[in-house]
Amino acid sequence: MTQSVVVQVGQCGNQIGCCFWDLALREHAAVNKKGIYDEAISSFFRNVDTRVVGDGGNISKGKICSLKARAVLIDMEEGVVNEILQGPLRDVFDSKQLITDISGSGNNWAVGHKVFGSLYQEKILEKLRKSAEHCDCLQCFFIIHSMGGGTGSGLGTFLLKVLEDEFPEVYRFVTSIYPSGEDDVITSPYNSILAMKELNEHADCVLPIDNQSLFDIISKIDLMVNSGKLGAAIKPNSLVTSSTGVFKKRQEKPFDAMNNIVANLLLNLTSSARFEGSLNMDLNEISMNLVPFPQLHYLVSSLTPLYTLADVNIPPRRLDQMFSDAFSKDHQLIRADPRHCLYLACALMVRGNVQISDLRRNIERLKPSLQFVSWNQEGWKTSLCSVPPVGHSHSLLALANNTCVKPTFIELRERFIKLYKKKAHLHHYLQIEGMEESCFTEAVSSLSALIQEYNQLDATKSMPVEDLPRLNVAM
Amino acid sequence: MSIVTVQLGQCGNQIGFEVFDALFNDSHCPRGLCSKRENEAYQASCKERFFSEEENGVLVARAVLVDMEPKVINQTLSKAAHSGLWKYGQHSCFCQKQGSGNNWAYGYSVHGPRHEESIMNLIRKEVEKCDSLSGFFIIMSMAGGTGSGLGAFVTQNLQDQYSSALKMNQIIWPYGNGEVIVQNYNSILTLSHLYRSSDALLVHENDAVHKICAKLMNIKQISFCDINQVLAHQLGSVFQPTYSGEGSFHYRRNPLGAFKDPALYTSWLEPVHAFSVWKTQRAFRKYEKSAALVSNSQSLVKPLDMIVGKAWNMFASRAYLHQYTKFGIEEEDFLDSFMLLEQVIASYCNL
Repeated sequence: MTQSVVVQVGQCGNQIGCCFWDLALREHAAVNKKGIYDEAISSFFRNVDTRVVGDGGNISKGKICSLKARAVLIDMEEGVVNEILQGPLRDVFDSKQLITDISGSGNNWAVGHKVFGSLYQEKILEKLRKSAEHCDCLQCFFIIHSMGGGTGSGLGTFLLKVLEDEFPEVYRFVTSIYPSGEDDVITSPYNSILAMKELNEHADCVLPIDNQSLFDIISKIDLMVNSGKLGAAIKPNSLVTSSTGVFKKRQEKPFDAMNNIVANLLLNLTSSARFEGSLNMDLNEISMNLVPFPQLHYLVSSLTPLYTLADVNIPPRRLDQMFSDAFSKDHQLIRADPRHCLYLACALMVRGNVQISDLRRNIERLKPSLQFVSWNQEGWKTSLCSVPPVGHSHSLLALANNTCVKPTFIELRERFIKLYKKKAHLHHYLQIEGMEESCFTEAVSSLSALIQEYNQLDATKSMPVEDLPRLNVAM
Repeated sequence: MSIVTVQLGQCGNQIGFEVFDALFNDSHCPRGLCSKRENEAYQASCKERFFSEEENGVLVARAVLVDMEPKVINQTLSKAAHSGLWKYGQHSCFCQKQGSGNNWAYGYSVHGPRHEESIMNLIRKEVEKCDSLSGFFIIMSMAGGTGSGLGAFVTQNLQDQYSSALKMNQIIWPYGNGEVIVQNYNSILTLSHLYRSSDALLVHENDAVHKICAKLMNIKQISFCDINQVLAHQLGSVFQPTYSGEGSFHYRRNPLGAFKDPALYTSWLEPVHAFSVWKTQRAFRKYEKSAALVSNSQSLVKPLDMIVGKAWNMFASRAYLHQYTKFGIEEEDFLDSFMLLEQVIASYCNL
């Protein structure tokens, strides 16, 4: 079995990362009753003998002594990381795997990428190498960051090039939080577009997510819970947003709940690689099946169900509802409507008590309402993992390579152009060494080229699917 | 005469287990509906073919388990050991840490050469345990990366190293949609390579077996376990000892022998040669009467044609090719595969 390392960058990246580690521990605790350090848990955690001083003390088998997350935490401000290190997860993180500074990136991609990038390059390499050394067979780096700020966006994407050069065989899966419409960071369009260019060129796979969609999902759950529409009680721990099973009072922006959704996404993405099932799906299969051309590697994700009712017997109707919901625009983690756009490929990762016939029945049922590109009419990749998430009896993660990402990119470009036309705030960037106007123009062309690819695909949408003439063989 | 089974990938290993389980359960079935002597001859023949015996009487499957990641092999080993009556050899497995990623090129060009020696050694050890080897039974799927790519590589090696032994590949034809997106690419590459090195391809289509489970067996929530058990049941009934011809007193020595007959599909074949019946008194798995039909006919042309067609459409757009060229399988290799398979389709159509 392989291992993965999580690299969490910036405030957003670290907050989400924190939720992820909390959930991962809970999940493994629920599955691993005997407390034996097995291969599943080793995918994200090291087992360390705390009596051994220094760096040694990795225990590969036997009872769990002390689990350490395979993580590197990076932030150019101390606040968030300090909070993590003082919180309930403090023992899970190896204090040597942190890189922090105090001044912050000032919501400036150039500061994150150019200034801190060059300042911390060596240190970053050192921490990454160390985390790789602790792995028997490192398969994937998961990078978590936001696009709109300075550190996550700038330093987070600087990292990608470092990873590509240093570990070319290891996959780079990036979870990127895109700025929503009413984002309060004025320069977020600049930061996002500059970051996009790096994602285009150096990421294997990107899972774009936006805060507004997460917030809408939470509002929906709240509505359902509070409206009393649900007859039976909700199973504890089964809200995709909760970590403690308690219905917390919602504040302005319920970031905890939102981050939990993303954490669940990452857990479900890796579940079939960690746990057994009748149709396994490893991380390298995600990229193989869902990325038909190297530049088209943006995957829209949806998680269902959002909660589980306390019924023990799940009627097929409810199971089928889970599949239908996965394709509805309300369940996507980014503003997107895959049903009305074009699919290049789709993956359904199922967990729990679901069998191949349930999967097939639903694919047959939903297929007619979805449009797939002509050369991939049956573009489905599926997996069945026997172990459900904590609190659920079954769950579904759908990953779609679909042209429905296009509107997000187009909107981003429009916001960028609006700012750039006025040269607003540009001096903050240009005064950084290594930054020129060409960085901006190149970044926006890179995005335009990507949008154009999606446009070309969309143009084929209503065309009839013709079979191409086959090879003629002499008999 | 013994058969050495090679189980590759998740599918190969999951099915392999069910096959050995079916064979074991059948040969130890109390209701043989035949004489005691008959039953003993049947059991002895089955045992010799598929199992070797440890001192304590536990039967060990004559099998080599190969997978590029550990989860499935671990499960398979423990399921077999669980019965307490038969098991897999402790040292009969070859496993790695990272799978083939559904990539035929990775299975064939990277894992193959890298692990060639280890895998062939394991096979050789199993062959040495046999008094006389009748051939190899290779179980693999076409849709994934290990079974398909590494399976093709191993079969080629078996052809080189054991050219006189027969090689029969059990290939699992994936569902028409919904398993692996690049399944059509993986399938055409597998089939074209196997055509050059295998003696016979025994095909089971997931769609067909699924229908059996749904319509004939009325299973409501069909799992892969159900599917694999139906498959194993069919294979078991084909492989268990039978008499060939009329009035033979010994079980057919070479169970794979009949498949080597190349004349099975030409028009100048007389009906009496085209159809062989092998019978036994001994009941199979508690069924009073049962029959298994293995045929070489045009019935697979349509599915084959569909797969080639879909792969061709995808190839024309160049989609996913970068994943293959990354590991040394070039467009030319694809074209060669297409050519070969179009010829096979044409040959079958011209019958």
